[in-house]
Amino acid sequence: MTLSTAKPRASNSALRRFAVPPALAATASVLGRRAIQAAGVVLLVSTACFAIVQSLPGDIAFRIAAGRYGYDQVTAASADSVRAELGLDRPVWLQLVDWLAGLASLDLGNSLVTGASVAGELGLHLASSLQLAVAALVLALIVGATVGALAAARPGGILDRLTTVWVSAARALPPFLLGLALILLFSVHLGVLPAAGHGEANNIVLPAATLAVGLSGLFARVTRDAMAQIRQSDYVRFAATKGIGSWLVFLRHVCRNTGVTLIAYVGVQVLVLIEGVVVVESLFAWPGLGHALVHAIFWRDIPMIQAAALALALMVVAMNTVVDLATAAVDPRPRHKEAVL
Amino acid sequence: MGWQRMRVAGASAVALLMIAGCAGAGKDTPAANQPLRVVGQFEFHSLDPSTAGGLFTRLEVAETLVDADSKGVLQPGLADNWTASADGLSWTLTLRSGALFHDGTEVTADVAAAALNTAHGKAGTPLATVPLKAISAEGNSVRVDLTEPFAPLPAVLAHTSTQILAPSSYGPDQAVTKVVGSGPYRVTQLEPPANIKLAAFEQWRGEKPEISEVTYQAVGRSESRALMAESAQSDVTFGMDPTSLQKIKQAGKLNIADVTLPRAILLKVNSGHDVLGDVQVRRAISMALDRESMATALLRDPEMAATQLFPPSLPDWHQESATPLEHDPSKAKELLADAGWVPGSDGTLERDGKKFSVTLRTFPDRPELPVLATAIQAKLKELGIALDVKVGNSSEIPAGHKDGSLELALYSRNYALVPDALVTLADDFAPEGGDYGAMGWNDPALTSAFDALASGHDADHAAESRRKVTDILQTQLPVIPVAWYRQSAVVSPRIEGLILDPLERSWRLSGLTWAK
Repeated sequence: MTLSTAKPRASNSALRRFAVPPALAATASVLGRRAIQAAGVVLLVSTACFAIVQSLPGDIAFRIAAGRYGYDQVTAASADSVRAELGLDRPVWLQLVDWLAGLASLDLGNSLVTGASVAGELGLHLASSLQLAVAALVLALIVGATVGALAAARPGGILDRLTTVWVSAARALPPFLLGLALILLFSVHLGVLPAAGHGEANNIVLPAATLAVGLSGLFARVTRDAMAQIRQSDYVRFAATKGIGSWLVFLRHVCRNTGVTLIAYVGVQVLVLIEGVVVVESLFAWPGLGHALVHAIFWRDIPMIQAAALALALMVVAMNTVVDLATAAVDPRPRHKEAVL
Repeated sequence: MGWQRMRVAGASAVALLMIAGCAGAGKDTPAANQPLRVVGQFEFHSLDPSTAGGLFTRLEVAETLVDADSKGVLQPGLADNWTASADGLSWTLTLRSGALFHDGTEVTADVAAAALNTAHGKAGTPLATVPLKAISAEGNSVRVDLTEPFAPLPAVLAHTSTQILAPSSYGPDQAVTKVVGSGPYRVTQLEPPANIKLAAFEQWRGEKPEISEVTYQAVGRSESRALMAESAQSDVTFGMDPTSLQKIKQAGKLNIADVTLPRAILLKVNSGHDVLGDVQVRRAISMALDRESMATALLRDPEMAATQLFPPSLPDWHQESATPLEHDPSKAKELLADAGWVPGSDGTLERDGKKFSVTLRTFPDRPELPVLATAIQAKLKELGIALDVKVGNSSEIPAGHKDGSLELALYSRNYALVPDALVTLADDFAPEGGDYGAMGWNDPALTSAFDALASGHDADHAAESRRKVTDILQTQLPVIPVAWYRQSAVVSPRIEGLILDPLERSWRLSGLTWAK
């Protein structure tokens, strides 16, 4: 309230006339912070990747030649030819500066192994990974929120206890093992879904489910706890005493407030999701970023490693940005607080 | 309550219908309506014949001038016949008439010569190592001029990197942008790095394939490939690991095709090393290896225990009369004692105060290599040899060879990269050594045997020269054979007629038929 007394009324009114709406200000603030974070991530990840690849054992030129021709046909002569062609004998710092300069002009360069444009290859792999990650996240949210809501309806009941078991099991199972178990059940024994591969519509079901099961456990737990707590809150009880129908209370107050907590947890889970994508893509032969990164590391394809790692890191930043924006949209309290202050 | 029950019943019915629908989708429909589904380990990241070429000859999309049968005997490919001049410095390969590329253009000598010149310019291809003077077109023939006689030239022209593609395959900078070959199948869709769709080429000059459509899916993990085979998602599955293969064999629902490959797992020995340079020591190491147990336990195939360098799948080079390499730890100890090595206080052998401690490098690209390295480590320890196993990457072997730091290396070597093993052997056992062959070792008799074979002047005594080669390698052991290889494919009961190519040049899909 000191704010209103510190300024004359007339100028306050003028300020209000030209003031940025709180929602827009909050969005701009989020985007600004995340853009700075993204720039830091780009610099850090690029440099770290370059340093790590340089410190890996083995001669990079030999490894790239093996990626090109197959290790049966790698000779010192072919490695020397690769080294000369790609300028791998230049000082290491110069190679890094070249990469960063290219990055500054939005040029990701060409793969050292295939010669193809990294941006082109990255686009294909990124699209596949995003498809898988989004499918998994949506599935996990639907399953997790539903199970959590059902458990919260009767805390301590059988369903609630079963949910606890589900949460523990889902968290304890590594994605690789879970993926194998799902393949054995749905592909080998039931024969209803493809075991691996890409290109057909139903290829995505098992990899997305593998990721979703792991994520859904925590979503269920968070939903259950938040919902049980919100159901007991004063504002929910007050809304009920006002005579609002129980469905409306559930939708307007319980679901919306649970959503705020749940969306915040999506941000926490993004790292688990990205990590899982790398493992699951390898098992299901899904040609995404994880798959590309594994191959690139194997071949020491430095531009591809840097670009794939960058894309994965920026995916984390982007998803966190989306989470921030979604939270701001669902929960108006922080932006009002900022506006008041 | 009634409404709730109806909802539950409705939901259950929908769920059941969905599962039934999915289940229906997974069942086999009449074979002719479905493409043949091939699954393998090879991804393609480039279409250039020098890098991804093997995949497109395996799929019978692209052809080479010269072909080879299952025994490695050269056969006509795009060239009907080939002849060498009397001095061996000029070869003429006459093209088969009427051959067409998939874009309808004719396979001409000009196009073939241009493709070979491109292959020659690529590092790492066998053609780049040929003493080549010029490749040109002469009417309907391709003429290859050499600076010195090179008898295995036709075999080099059977290597997959020399495949002949249509001019429309190349972009403006001569980069291969699509694969327009002349084989029985044409590419209809390419989705790098893993999906290829093929259709039978209507104007193929040979017998029309019964299976008109093929899909190829690359899957990197052998476990995933095995599960795809088990779940009937693939008709032909290549690249099986021994454990999965044994499980599938025991289940008995799928067929297995196999063939012994001209490939061997070897211990490369630095013969210039102050310890390993002693042939008695190399023989002792060889005798310490229990190859049969390793092949049985780790490769699940006791017949793959190597008794000599060349497997039976290289009939020209494999010598039935050769004295087999055997497991004889007692004799190994005697040999080491003769060489002056005596057990030290900790059991490790010592000579002149120096312990017998060496490093073995290997890599995990082939998953059996690290486990075999561990088994070798255990066997050498029984002799008192301290073996330090370093699992890194394959490039450390040629790099260690080049800088002289390599002591021992475990790797697999394919002797039929070109159908005539002489090309690979002459490189591996050249006087200066080879990246995947001898190191710090040479034998003039071996070199002269190779020279005689390469010149082609002494064709009547070729068998004798090959026998001499085996004898020298068997007694000198510049590389110590450990195991051979068997390639297996899992085949669904929907198809018949799969015969595996030991040279791994073709999967021979055009010869397959649907099971009646």
